[in-house]
Amino acid sequence: MIKTEPSQILQKAPDILLLGVVFIALIVRYFVGFSGLMDIVWSLVALMAFLIRVCLWIKNPVGRWILIFLIFSAWGSSVHFKPSVIDGIDLRNIDVIPILTIGPVTIGGTVFYSWLVMGVLTLISWLATRNLKTTLRVSALQTAMESVVRSIRTQIIEVSGDNPARYLPIMGTFFLFIGMSNLMTVIPWFRAPTASLSTTVAFALCVFCAMPIFGIQNAGIKGYLKKYIEPTPIMLPMNILSDFSSMLSLAFRLYGNMLSGAILGSVLMMLAPFIVPLPIQILGLFTGMIQAYVFTLLAIIYVSSVSPRQPFEDHLNFY
Amino acid sequence: MEPTTLIGAISVLAAGLCVAIGGIGSALGEGNVAANALRAMAQQPDEAGNITKTMYAAMAVVESTAIYSLFITMMIMYFNPFWNYAVEAAAK
Repeated sequence: MIKTEPSQILQKAPDILLLGVVFIALIVRYFVGFSGLMDIVWSLVALMAFLIRVCLWIKNPVGRWILIFLIFSAWGSSVHFKPSVIDGIDLRNIDVIPILTIGPVTIGGTVFYSWLVMGVLTLISWLATRNLKTTLRVSALQTAMESVVRSIRTQIIEVSGDNPARYLPIMGTFFLFIGMSNLMTVIPWFRAPTASLSTTVAFALCVFCAMPIFGIQNAGIKGYLKKYIEPTPIMLPMNILSDFSSMLSLAFRLYGNMLSGAILGSVLMMLAPFIVPLPIQILGLFTGMIQAYVFTLLAIIYVSSVSPRQPFEDHLNFY
Repeated sequence: MEPTTLIGAISVLAAGLCVAIGGIGSALGEGNVAANALRAMAQQPDEAGNITKTMYAAMAVVESTAIYSLFITMMIMYFNPFWNYAVEAAAK
């Protein structure tokens, strides 16, 4: 017969208490909506404490991280779209949501969240490259960064067949920025800057400007302009139009995918707020990474459409 | 029937039809992509990773037509120019 010692019950008591606090906070928030800052802070603190206790309970590290991820994404989705709002769907363009006002300048949501993503990316890369080593024991972050850079590099070589060092800065930035901003949507109150048409059109304009620059570098002005009369000169207007339409589709694809994920999540929030939106949120994360990959892939294809005719040999032997 | 009622009714109908018809085409296309990718993977299991990667990219490109129709639906539902025009005309 197993005898439970009183001390064990005392150890478990704070967990049960925290669980109750978190659930009460969630239920109160669901019926009343957020009344003030203290409410938010209080429930967030309770959730964090509960998470820490759960981490101590579960010994399997993978299960631990999956649980943390699930709880966080549930929290993020439920906070993000408050069910207490009557129409439920927050369709306001994040460009016009004011974050902070400094004198006459009002900083909108897009700029704020873009700078947040940029800050996170800069911080991570600073931490990773702070003390680079070539010895056998390198830090985990450096290894992770190396694998990311190597995979982007391999992709560029496979798609363009050209020297990746020239394309790596712009294309790697596209991939990392879009991927990070789509992944950071698990954080409550964070709205992906890619769900705004201004951001995606700006990206497409960058690709549009990079196309002639890389093309002229590769083949000269004459070789670049030859692209437009490639099969016959009759196709000239079609070729010019296709440039614009491909840029338009590049921008709209990313924007539409991000927005549709948000709308789907919010509609499900109205139907069943607690667990049901979770699979859709996880699918949204997956779609976000796929879209980042596709955007980068298409940008590489467009930019390297006029490439020098000798194949590139990878001397660094990264494979 | 009043013009605003008519415009509202037709807008809702058009919004539903837009996503429905746009979704059919993109769904057929994506199914085609997936079926052919599976066939290729069955023939060459060694290349499965490469094929999967290409399949996802192709699917995302095919999906964009559905995204465009979703975009037009959103425009009809929330930023309908004809509706605003009719409301302004009725106010005059």
